[in-house]
Amino acid sequence: MARTDRALIAHLMRRAAFGATASEIDTLSDKKYEDLVEGLLHPERAPAFEEDVLRRYYLELNNADSHVPWQSYWIYRMVNTPRPMEEKIALFWHHIFATSIGKSEHTPSSRQQIDTFRRTGLSNLRTIYLELARDPAMLFWLDNCENHRGEPNENWGRELLELFSMGVGNYTEQDIKMASRAFTGWTFTQPLPLDPYGRFSSEFQYLDTDHDRGEKTFLGRSGSFDGEDIIDIIVGQPATHRFIARHMYNFFVADEPQVPAWGIVPPQDPGAIDALAAELRKSGGDVRATLRLLFNSDFFKAAIGRKVKSPVELVVGTVKLAGSHRFPEPGLSELATAVSVMGQALMTPPTVEGWHTGKEWIDAGTLNERVNFAVNQFSNPDQPGVQAFVRSLKKSGGAVSPDRFVDRCLEWLGPFPISADTRRGLVERVRQDGDVRADAEDQRGQVEARGARLVQAIVSSIEYQLA
Amino acid sequence: MSANGKLPTLVVVQLNGGNDFMNTVVPYGDGHYYDSRKTIGVPEDRVLRIDSRVGINPHAAPLKELYDRGLVAIIQGIGYPDSSRSHFRSMDIWHTCEPDTVATEGWLGKVVRAIDPDKSNPLTAVSIGRGLPRALSAREVPVTSVADLDSYGLMSGFTAEEQRADALDLFQRIYTPAIGRGAVVDYLARTGINIVRGAEMLKQAPRMYSSSVEYADNPLAKALRDVARIHLAGLGTRILYAQHGGYDTHANEAPTHPKLLTDLSRAIADFYRDLEEHDAADNVLVLVFTEFGRRVHDNGSGTDHGAGGGAFLIGNRVRGGLYSEYPSLEPGSLDNGDLRHTYDFRGLYTSLLEQWLRVEAPPIVGGTFEQLPVVAE
Repeated sequence: MARTDRALIAHLMRRAAFGATASEIDTLSDKKYEDLVEGLLHPERAPAFEEDVLRRYYLELNNADSHVPWQSYWIYRMVNTPRPMEEKIALFWHHIFATSIGKSEHTPSSRQQIDTFRRTGLSNLRTIYLELARDPAMLFWLDNCENHRGEPNENWGRELLELFSMGVGNYTEQDIKMASRAFTGWTFTQPLPLDPYGRFSSEFQYLDTDHDRGEKTFLGRSGSFDGEDIIDIIVGQPATHRFIARHMYNFFVADEPQVPAWGIVPPQDPGAIDALAAELRKSGGDVRATLRLLFNSDFFKAAIGRKVKSPVELVVGTVKLAGSHRFPEPGLSELATAVSVMGQALMTPPTVEGWHTGKEWIDAGTLNERVNFAVNQFSNPDQPGVQAFVRSLKKSGGAVSPDRFVDRCLEWLGPFPISADTRRGLVERVRQDGDVRADAEDQRGQVEARGARLVQAIVSSIEYQLA
Repeated sequence: MSANGKLPTLVVVQLNGGNDFMNTVVPYGDGHYYDSRKTIGVPEDRVLRIDSRVGINPHAAPLKELYDRGLVAIIQGIGYPDSSRSHFRSMDIWHTCEPDTVATEGWLGKVVRAIDPDKSNPLTAVSIGRGLPRALSAREVPVTSVADLDSYGLMSGFTAEEQRADALDLFQRIYTPAIGRGAVVDYLARTGINIVRGAEMLKQAPRMYSSSVEYADNPLAKALRDVARIHLAGLGTRILYAQHGGYDTHANEAPTHPKLLTDLSRAIADFYRDLEEHDAADNVLVLVFTEFGRRVHDNGSGTDHGAGGGAFLIGNRVRGGLYSEYPSLEPGSLDNGDLRHTYDFRGLYTSLLEQWLRVEAPPIVGGTFEQLPVVAE
């Protein structure tokens, strides 16, 4: 039976999913690495996320006017879904096609957009861009509903090229004008009147009479293009393949500089970007095929610890380890608050450019929140996560040396690499209280209390901020 | 240098949601006001008059008292060209001074960089509340955000003081050796150590504080009490930031807005009284701003997003009075039903930077803008 290295599985699960518990890694380590990747990339093979129970206990979801319950819903779903890649890929596209409810002020359409990313996120670029161009939240966010024949609004046309597909320097102002004209008449239906019906989602609508049928020249080609033609041209551009490849690298592999710098700062691993871009071209923009290449690559396997966890990754990963929020208990909205105060309010990115990632997630305020959140998740030694650790420790029984106690805990929490300095600090602290008795000698749950305290120290470490 | 040798300090109060300026400083002398505000107009006989044209909403009486003492400057019609009606976008523009492109560095973050280039004090700027407003964020600029001054800092979840101290001690033990270990790790380590240092300094604030002022019971008053405690502790803090939410009065403005103004004006008056009691008001200047004003015509229940609005400066060193022009309410001079701004907010920032904080303004606000003589020599 092929056995895969636990550290590598943990790495794959942090990146392609939201982390895994020690017992999940135990189960997965019997499989071949490539098969694990394949399983993650086919979320449809796993059962769908069941939301019946959540909806029954979390009545706030019936309030269509606020997106906060839906932020919590999404995080809860990331924690509990049997299809983590479905959520991870939705988050990936949400990072790039950053749409904020701050402008739409219309919860159902923002929610619907995330659902679209879940449904189409692993398909191909053509489908993804086409769905995006028809998405009511996006149509409103970038004013394409104000893009009329004879009176073009260029907001969507510009961002489609600049931030969503090719990046600056690969098209002209003229191309933006032409693309914008091609999308005239792409709008959405007005939902039922707010008063008295409340908020309902709207749908894509094509208004033929508002569409500019004139001749257009876009990226060197001419025709009476409409939006679909523009997308066909975009998905064939090498610039698009490189742009999306670099996004994949930044999101799944290692932190890159922020998007506006991409025209100036070359990628840290040009070979990786070349390989991903080539796969996108060869496969006709197939996202699943490209991610298969990515996760199986040596550059991915070597990238352990090369990313700062996003707030969502930190919160979901920690909750999974702690074993909390496995059921819609009261206080679910703490999840939405937690990621918001760490700088990643879901469905509310700061700008159309999306969140700045990597090191820029961290400032004194956000690091304070990150550390306190993670520590508080383990404040109760009865937490299922701590109990699981203690059980595994008790299995071996007897006295456990401080070194071994720390290593077992690190193994259980990850495994993830930790510096010699950090490890020394932890061991010294444990040593102050002597060996740990993981057997009948254990009086009054000392092992639980010490285990919880050690876990709290580890999740407050610098290394824990990294993925 | 301001009075009693203390460095000038700026307190920013951000009103979230778009405060209705027309119902705060009411143009009661203009018939168009009552034509447009049929549901929520403030009756003429209740307005606290400033002159024959405008007056202050009666629910903001404490603010009017400060105004009458010459301590309040009202900047009428403040805004910027092509005002965005989106909350987030407009707030962003106020935060970054970038109306055309989306920027990530905030004006106050740049001020902190100018005041403390060596990052010697993690408390040069303190924001009250969780998360950092973009106004205060700038690359590598340490800014402290405090949700609750009494429990601020790392490991705040530990209820037993001894355990918390133990956890903090271990935290420092594992963060300190990481300084200098690669760009990202070094940055994380320094940030972590700064939080500990900042919290250590801030701990003194509640201990040192005593006051006879009982603050009003509202969230802004609570935040401003924290601002006062930090200011009075003399920790070298130059910029303090507090927020007050709920100003997005599309509906039910008649009961909601007066309550907001009551809370706002009481909180500010209490804060001011507290500073006076401690003889610490001379080096503090308060700026109150919001992302936009609201539509001239009410919608039968409230008001929708508008453009030109108003800002306030409060303090001993403020040259009190009305500044700029109240925008015209003539239907013909409106901008899509909204007040046209008569003064650019970047001019007000410039005035504060040059006249109060003594920081060169153009690189921070992105150009040269007309100043107002709001600070008394």
